[in-house]
Parts: sequence; structure tokens; C-alpha cells
Amino acid sequence: MKFQHLTLSLIAAGLLAACSSAPNQNQGAAVEDRSSGAASSGVDGNRVTTVNANDGANGSAYPELRDPKNILSKRSVLFDYDSYVVKDQYRPLVEAHAKFLVAHPKVKMMIQGNTDERGSREYNLALGQKRADAVKKALGLLGVAESQLESVSLGEEKPSCTDASESCWSANRRGDMLYSGEF
Amino acid sequence: MTSRLLSLLRSAIPACALVLASSLAQAQLAIEITGAGANRMPVAVASFEGENALPRAVTDVVRADLERSGLFKMIELGPSPMGASGPVDYARVRSRGADAVAVGTVSPNGAGRFQIEVRLHDAAKQLGLGSQAMVMSPNQYRATGHRIADFIYEKLTGEPGVFSTRIAYVLKSGPRYELQIADADGSNAQTALASKEPIISPAWSPDGSRLAYVSFEAKKPVVYVHNLATGQRNVAANFKGSNSAPAWSPDGRRLAVVLTKDGQSQLYSVNADGSGVQRLASSSGIDTEPAWSPDGMIYFTSDRGGSPQIYRVPAGGGDAQRVTFEGGYNVSPRPSPDGKSLVYVSRNGGRFQVTMLDLASRQTQILTDSSKDESPSFAPNGRMVLYATEIGGRGVLAAVSADGRVKQRLSVQSGDVREPAWGPQPRN
Repeated sequence: MKFQHLTLSLIAAGLLAACSSAPNQNQGAAVEDRSSGAASSGVDGNRVTTVNANDGANGSAYPELRDPKNILSKRSVLFDYDSYVVKDQYRPLVEAHAKFLVAHPKVKMMIQGNTDERGSREYNLALGQKRADAVKKALGLLGVAESQLESVSLGEEKPSCTDASESCWSANRRGDMLYSGEF
Repeated sequence: MTSRLLSLLRSAIPACALVLASSLAQAQLAIEITGAGANRMPVAVASFEGENALPRAVTDVVRADLERSGLFKMIELGPSPMGASGPVDYARVRSRGADAVAVGTVSPNGAGRFQIEVRLHDAAKQLGLGSQAMVMSPNQYRATGHRIADFIYEKLTGEPGVFSTRIAYVLKSGPRYELQIADADGSNAQTALASKEPIISPAWSPDGSRLAYVSFEAKKPVVYVHNLATGQRNVAANFKGSNSAPAWSPDGRRLAVVLTKDGQSQLYSVNADGSGVQRLASSSGIDTEPAWSPDGMIYFTSDRGGSPQIYRVPAGGGDAQRVTFEGGYNVSPRPSPDGKSLVYVSRNGGRFQVTMLDLASRQTQILTDSSKDESPSFAPNGRMVLYATEIGGRGVLAAVSADGRVKQRLSVQSGDVREPAWGPQPRN
């Protein structure tokens, strides 16, 4: 995590866009309210320091996971509307990943559940979790150790498709499997 | 005068298309008033004596604030200033139709600072309603104007104003997410966090110094607490699985959060530093979106009964009680600051709309005519509700009065704005 003090440049940029003669209202001493006898106000407490968030993912160490001819390069399980059950068509895919994880007990997997965009973001986050949990449970039943698996949700926040259409929504009702190094 | 204004407000009907043109553009949130009470109280803010020594007129800020509230009709008095100490020219004020007038004097106070004195008068009764004196540096004309508007608003309505408050929201521009803080009028936007991954659910600490939020920068939802002035932040919840939906306790010590460490999404509480995790409620379904009420209840969304509905549970533990019964989708509850009503999002024939529930009478009212409303939050005086919606495929913020009459829209020229949270009153 890096801390960068961009406050002044952001304000300057905003002012350039707005009004070149406008001064910086954020500097200077506090406004004091003398009529109420109260202590000086917190208008200068309004300074905000910018933080830039960075991630550290740099890819998996296993080439077979990236080989497009290998089933292990396929990572997505799609779900029906309002459904949290892994469909039979994904059984070979889930089995292949289970086999890889059993053979590589030090490798971990994060399963990210996703939903379409309709409704509350936080409720969708909880629904996405149910999809990730369904994939995790299927892998567990195939012998993968609990300690290798983490199911999480991205809710509606990371759609693979952004049109407001049924075909797009169905692409977003999905569980994605990520390996160590990819998250 | 207070009771008169309140009765006017009660009898008001929606009137449309009062547009406040903002000279600010681009990155700034521009506010447009899309509905106001028809019987707005006529108020004049005279130009203050000596305010031309400031970089910009403080009274411009005051007038814009009062106009934007939808409760007042601003009466022009012309450019000649009216000072705080001299006699008020009531004839001039009454001839323009104003029921109240604010007058003021700005005078140098040494060391580059200014003294500003404001007096508010009832123009009909020719009575003083109160005065306010402040010391300011010239570049604080905007903050000073908000405080004068708060003073006038409170004197005329009997309720505290919210012009000095701030709002938080998430701006998405292309692949970049920014958690921004702006003044309640949309000006002075500053970025608290910039990330390539989503940021959701910002929640203000009761003292306004910190925000809790969910960031996906670790490829999973993690709850952070972020000090706005210093940029210092700490992880408040990063358990195995998902961590989300932070809500501050009224004393600012604990956060209600949603964790999946033990299975499905369930309610827990943690200290703001991440220690002391405790279970708050248990169910066989999803429990999420907790919100603390001032009377010690936690409202939340649960699908334990089959569809997502709003429930509440005592913060100290106890049985959960169902709160919403109409319709098949009621989510995102936020209790009003006085605890008497609840705002939430209901689905009505495929439209998601901000809805108000009076907890005593059980009466509900849909407050908006939009269809993709999300994330409502009350202004600290309970008068307005800020929420996210979509217009022309773009995310915008909007605000509606608790009675549904006053409507505002806040948008930026490019990018999606979402996940608003109205901050608390600044501590004086």
C-alpha cells in the first residue's frame, strides 16, 4: 500500500477545470463561531489525503493452467438465474481442477462468485458467495483439502459483460477459479 | 415563523424544473434541482457590507445553499449591500416580497483575516431573529457561507441545516475506481482512495473523521477503516471468505460487518481496529446490510423467509423481528436519525425504488419515480435521502426529501457515480 499526497494537485486540477480565479478554500485557519461560544470548528479537518491501492498478482507458476488446449485453462462455471447449483455440464471441468489440486497440495485456489447487476450490491455480494460456495463444495467432495480453498464473492462488481441483456446477465452469473499467483 | 413554514411545506405540491446552473464542471458534482415545494418561503439574503474584499461573495454560497434545499424562494434585493449594524430597510425588503432577510458586515480583523457578522430579520414583524459572528480567512468564503446558510435554515425551520456536511461516493471512470469526499453541494471533491478494483459500501464514522468501506484490491472483499485526514487505514475485517457491509455503532467503537468465515453471509461485530469479533445474529439464510438505529436496534436484509426482506434485532442480542411484508424484494435498510422511520429499496414490478416506512403507523411511501435506485442514506437532520440511481445508462446520485417533494440530481460530466453516503454534522 502506497501513500501519496495528491491532495493539492487534485484540487488544482479541479480548479483549473472549474474557475481559474477560484482560490483554494482548503487552506488557512479555521472559522471560529464566536456567537455560540463553541470551540473553533473543524472546517480544516476536511483535508483528505489520497491513498493508491495496488494489487500484487503476477500469474500462476504452472504453465498447464495457462495452456489454452488444457481444460485447466478454463476457469468459469456459469449458473442459471436465481440458481446456486453447479450444473452437470461443468462436472468434467470441476473434476480436472480437483485432480490438479489433490496432486499439488501446496497450491491454493480462490473461487470468486459473481452475479448479474440487478438489485442491491451487498445482497448480490451474498448471492455471489453462494455460487462460490457451491463450486468449493463440489471440489471438496472430490477430495480437495479445505485448507486449499477459499470461496469469496465479487457480487455484481466485476461483470464480464456490461449490456443490460439476458445473454449478458447469464455470462455474469458465474464462479471463477483462480490459482495461487493469480490473486 | 417556524410553524408557518412547516405548514407551507405540508401543503406544498411538487413543482418542477428549477435549475441551478453551476459554473463548476468536469470533475465536480453538478447539482440540479428537479422538484421543489410549490409554496417555498420567500427569503432574501442581501449582499453583505464589505464582502467584496473576499475572493468571492460569501452570500452567493448562502443563496445557492438555501435555494437548493427546495424550501426557500430566494428574493433578489439588488447589488447594494445591507450591513449588520444599521437599521433594516424593511420597506425595500417587503416590496420585493421577502418574509425574512439576512444582512451582514464583513470587516478586516488583522492578520489577513475577516470578522463577519450576520443578522436575520422577520420582515413582516420587523423583528430580529438572531445573529451570528465568525472570524474567517478570505479563502474560507465557501465554508463560511455554508455555516451562515445552516444558521438561517435552523432559525427559519427549527431544524439543523446540513449545508456544512460532506458526502462520500465512488466514482468509476473506465477501469479506475475512486472513493471521493465532497461538500454536500458537490464542490471541493477530493479522492480518499484510488484503485483498479471496485470499492463499495462506504460508511462514515459518527465523528466524520473516518470511513469504513469494502475494497476488492486483494481480489476479494475486505473491510477497511480509513482516516480521511491522514490517509492511514487499517484492515477491520479480512477473514477467510468475504468481508463486507460495514456499519458503525453510534459510539464509533464497533462495526457491524458481514462475514462468510463460518458459511453463508452472516452478521458479526468487530472493533474498528479489527479485534474482538462477535456474532450478532444467526440464520439459515443470507443476513446482510446491517444498519444501527439510534434506539439500539440493528436493521438488516435477510432471505431467511424465502425472499429478501428487512428484519431487526436488538444490538445487544435477542430475537430477530421481520419489518417489511409488502412485495418480494426489500433491501438496503437505513433508519432515520430519530429512529422513527426507515428508508430502503423495494422492487415494484421490476423497478427498484427508494421507499420510506413510518415505523409507528406502518405506512409506506415510494419516494422516487426512477427504476434502478440503490444505497439510500439519510442526511443527518433526516430531511433528505441521498441515493444512487441510473439515468441514460450512467450512474448518478440523487436526493429526495423525506416527504418525496424536493428532488435533486448530482452528476459528473463523465464516469459513473455510485455508493453515496451522507456524512454526519461536523463537530464544532
